[in-house]
Amino acid sequence: MTSVQLAQASNAAVYASMLTLTLAMICFAVSFAAGRRRPAAVAVSVESVESLGSTAVITRTPEVADRSSDPGRRAANIGMSLTWLAFLTLLVGVVLRGVWAGRVPWGNMYEFSITAALGILGVFLVMSIRRDLRWLGLFVVIPALLTLGLAVTVLYTEAAQLVPALKSYWLVIHVSAAIICAGAFTFAAATAGLSLVRSRLERKAGTTEIGGWASRMPTSERLQGLTNRVIAFAFPLWTFAVVAGAIWAENAWGRYWGWDPKETWAFITWVIFAAYLHARSTAGWRGNRSSWIVIVGWLAFLINYFGVNIFVNSLHSYSGM
Amino acid sequence: MTVPMDAAATSPEAGLPDEPPLPPLGSIGLLRWMWRQLTSMRTALVLLFLLAIASIPGSVLPQRGTNPLRVDQWLERNPGIGPILDRAGFFDVYASPWFAAVYLLLFISLIGCVLPRIRQHAKAMMAPPPPAPRRLTRLPVSREFTSPADGEVLLASAHEYLRGRHWRVRRGESSVDGSTWVAAEKGYLRETGNLVFHVALLLVLLAVGVGGVLGWKGNVIVREGNGFSNTLTQYDAWGGGRFVNPNDLAPFSFTLDTFTVDFERSDAQRGAPRLFEADVTYRSAPDVAPATRTIEVNEPLDVAGAKVFLVGHGYAPHFIVRDSTGAVVFDDAVVFLPQDGNFTSTGVIKVPDASPSLGFNGLFLPTAARAGSGMGISTFPAPDNPEVLLAAFRGDMGLDSGVPQSVYTLDTSKMVKIGLEPLVPGGTWTLPNNSGSIEFTGYERWASFQIAHDPGKELALLSALAAIVGLMLSLFVRRRRLWVKVVPAAGGGTLVQVAGLAKTDSADLPADVLALATALGDDVDELRSAP
Ligand code: HEM
Repeated sequence: MTSVQLAQASNAAVYASMLTLTLAMICFAVSFAAGRRRPAAVAVSVESVESLGSTAVITRTPEVADRSSDPGRRAANIGMSLTWLAFLTLLVGVVLRGVWAGRVPWGNMYEFSITAALGILGVFLVMSIRRDLRWLGLFVVIPALLTLGLAVTVLYTEAAQLVPALKSYWLVIHVSAAIICAGAFTFAAATAGLSLVRSRLERKAGTTEIGGWASRMPTSERLQGLTNRVIAFAFPLWTFAVVAGAIWAENAWGRYWGWDPKETWAFITWVIFAAYLHARSTAGWRGNRSSWIVIVGWLAFLINYFGVNIFVNSLHSYSGM
Repeated sequence: MTVPMDAAATSPEAGLPDEPPLPPLGSIGLLRWMWRQLTSMRTALVLLFLLAIASIPGSVLPQRGTNPLRVDQWLERNPGIGPILDRAGFFDVYASPWFAAVYLLLFISLIGCVLPRIRQHAKAMMAPPPPAPRRLTRLPVSREFTSPADGEVLLASAHEYLRGRHWRVRRGESSVDGSTWVAAEKGYLRETGNLVFHVALLLVLLAVGVGGVLGWKGNVIVREGNGFSNTLTQYDAWGGGRFVNPNDLAPFSFTLDTFTVDFERSDAQRGAPRLFEADVTYRSAPDVAPATRTIEVNEPLDVAGAKVFLVGHGYAPHFIVRDSTGAVVFDDAVVFLPQDGNFTSTGVIKVPDASPSLGFNGLFLPTAARAGSGMGISTFPAPDNPEVLLAAFRGDMGLDSGVPQSVYTLDTSKMVKIGLEPLVPGGTWTLPNNSGSIEFTGYERWASFQIAHDPGKELALLSALAAIVGLMLSLFVRRRRLWVKVVPAAGGGTLVQVAGLAKTDSADLPADVLALATALGDDVDELRSAP
C-alpha cells in the first residue's frame, strides 16, 4: 500500500468503527428501554458463585420462561457483538496509523485519543469475558464514541514524525500504561455513576429489588464491588505509569519530578484514587461517597488529558495542534 | 437474591471506630486524643484530599521554579491580587509552607499509623491461626454436612489439603463442646505489602529530600566549537542544595564539536523539531583521556556522577565592529535567544571598546519575511533566509556603574539611537555620524545544556518500585481464614462444619469454602451465608 492508501485506510477504519459503535449504542439503548417492561428478577435457582470486590454474591439467575423472547436481551447481545466488531475495526485503524507514520501511533492527541477509545472498549470487553456486562455497554460505548468524535473533528492531525522528546521506548511503556488506565478509569466512573443512580432508586424503593429500566443493572452494592475491582487493577497501573513517566522525565529533562502541569495533574489523579482506596475502609465513606471520589478522580484524569494538553503551557504539550 | 457479606461489618477484627470520641480533659489526655485523631483513617483521607486540592494552584498559576519570567509577567498584569498571592506562596506552591504543612502532616499521620501496624503485623505473623469460633454457621460463609468418614480422618485430610495450598494450619479441640477442629489462615502478604507500600512512600519523600539538600543543577549555553568545564563561574544559572559546596564540583569538561538540528518541512506540523544532536568531546577529569559522545534529547551524557542534558538550542550571529579608523573593536558570535517556535531570536551586542561605546539591539530571523505591517518575522526555524535587524545606540551603556548587567539586555537610558538597519550575511552597515561600521559575517549555532546531579534519585526509584510491588500485594492478596470442625453425628458418621472469614475482602471466600468442603467429600449445592 502506498502512504496515501494507508492513511485513507486508517481513517476509514476509524470511521467504520464509529459507525459500528453508534449502532451498538442504539442496541444498548433499546435494551435499556425494553427493560421497562420487565418485572423485577425472580430468584429461582443457584447458577453460579461469583465474586465481586468486597462482596461475594451467590447469583440465582431468574428463569425467564423463554429468554429469546426478551427483546431487551437480544438487543444487548447484538450490542455486544457490534462492540467487539467496533473494537477490532478500531484496532486496525490504530495499527494502520502506526504503519503509516512508521512509529508507535502515539505522537499527537488525535492518535492518543483513538488509542484511548480503544483502551476504553478493550477494558470493557476484557472485563465482559468473565461476567455479564451487557447492562454497562451503553455507558462505555458513549464515552468511547465521544472520544472518537473529538478525535476526528477537533484533534485530527496528519501523521508526522515524533518530536525528539517523544523518541524513546519510554513512550511505549508510559503511554500504553496510561491508555489502559484511561479505559479502566472510564469504566470505573461509569459503574460508580450507575451505582449512584441505582442506590438512589433503591433508597426510594426501600429494597434492592427494583423493576423498571434499572432492573437491567446490578444492585448498587455489586456496582460498587465492580468499581472497586477495576480501581484495584488501575491504581497500581497508574502508579506505574507515573513512575515510568518520572524515569523518562529524568532521562529527557534531568529531573524526575518538576511539578509541570501534566505531572501535577497525574499526581492529583493519583492522590484522589489513593483517597478512594482509603475511603473504602473508612467508616462513613464506603458506598456512595466512594463512588463520588471515583468520578472526581476520573474528572482529574480528563483535565489532565484534555485541559493540560490543549490549554496549558506545559512541557508535555504534544497535542500536535 | 444476593447476599452481601461486607467483611468490615461482620469481621471481629474491623476495629476502626465509627465516630471520633470527644476530647478528654487534661493535657496528656488531650495530646493523646490529638495523636489518635491525626493518625486516624479519616484524617488520612481528609489530608489526601487537601493534598490534591493544594496541588491545583501550582498547575494554573505560573511557578517561579519552572518559569520565573511568566511569573513576572503575571504580576505585572495583575497588580492588585498578584502581590497578595505572591506573599502567600502561590507562585512557588510546591515550596510553600502550607503545601509542606499538608504533606508533612500526612506523612506524620502515616508514620503514626504504620508503626503500630508493623508491630501488630509482626505479632500476627508469629501467631498461629486463631481457634475455631463456637458457632461456625454464623460466619459469613459456611457449610454443614454429614460424612460417613471418621472425624479425625477428615481433619487429617483437611490439614493436608490446606497445607498443600500454602495455608498456615493449626489443629485443636474445643473444651466447650468437645469438638475437634482445624484452623487455617492465608494472605499475610496483603498486610506486608500494604506496610511496604506505605513505608516506601516515606522513603520516596526521603529521597526527594536527599536530592534537595545534596543535589545541584545548572544551565549553560555553549556555542559550537566552544568548551565548558564544570565550575560555578561557567554556568549561566546554577542552584544547589544546602549541603553542596559549589566550589567543589566534579571537575569534568566538554567541548561542543558540532550541533545538528532538523525540522519538519512537510505541511503537517511544519517547523516542529525532528532531531537535535550535540556531538561532544568530554573528559570526566582533567587528567583523563578525552572521549566523544553524541548527546540527544533522550540520551544525556553521564559523567562524573552528573548528567548532561540537551535542553535547547539557538543561533549566535557573528559580528565584526570597526571604529571610524577601520580598526576592529569587536569580533565575536553573540548568543541570541529564541522567542518563538520559528526561532525569531533577540540578542544584544555591546561594544564598550568603541569610543563612544556602541550598543545594538538585534533581531535574528532564520527565515526572514515581512509581515503585513512591514515588521520582520521568521517563518521557519531553519536558516533558509537568515537576516538580522539591528538598532544601533551610542553613549554610556552603564557598564561601569558596578551594577551587574545581563548580557541579554541593553540599558539604553543614557544612549542615543543612531539608526536601524537590516543585514544579510556578509552585509556591512556603515553607521551614521562617522561612528564606524558593523558587519554581519554569518552565524553559529549554540546548544543549551542542563547539568544535574541528584544523589537521591536511585533511592527514589527503588522506593517507587517497592511501593508498586507492595501495592499490588496489598490489593490482590486476600487475607482469609478457614475452619473445619467435626463432631460425631447423632445417627452415626460425622457432622462436618466448614466456614470461612475474610479480613478485608471476601471475594474468594465462597470458592475457598466450596473447594474445601468438596475436598472433604461434600457434594455442595448451596452455601450458607450469615444473615
Ligand atoms: C502519603 C499518604 C498515603 C498514601 C498515598 C496512601 C495510599 C494507600 C493506598 C493506595 C492504599 C491501598 C492499599 C489497600 O487498599 O490495601 C492504602 C491502604 C491503607 N492505608 Fe494508606 N496511604 C497514605 C497514608 C496513610 C495514612 C496516614 C494512614 C493511617 C491512618 C494509612 C492507612 C492505611 C490503611 C489502614 C490501609 C489499608 C486499607 C485497606 O486494607 O483497605 N495510609 N493506603
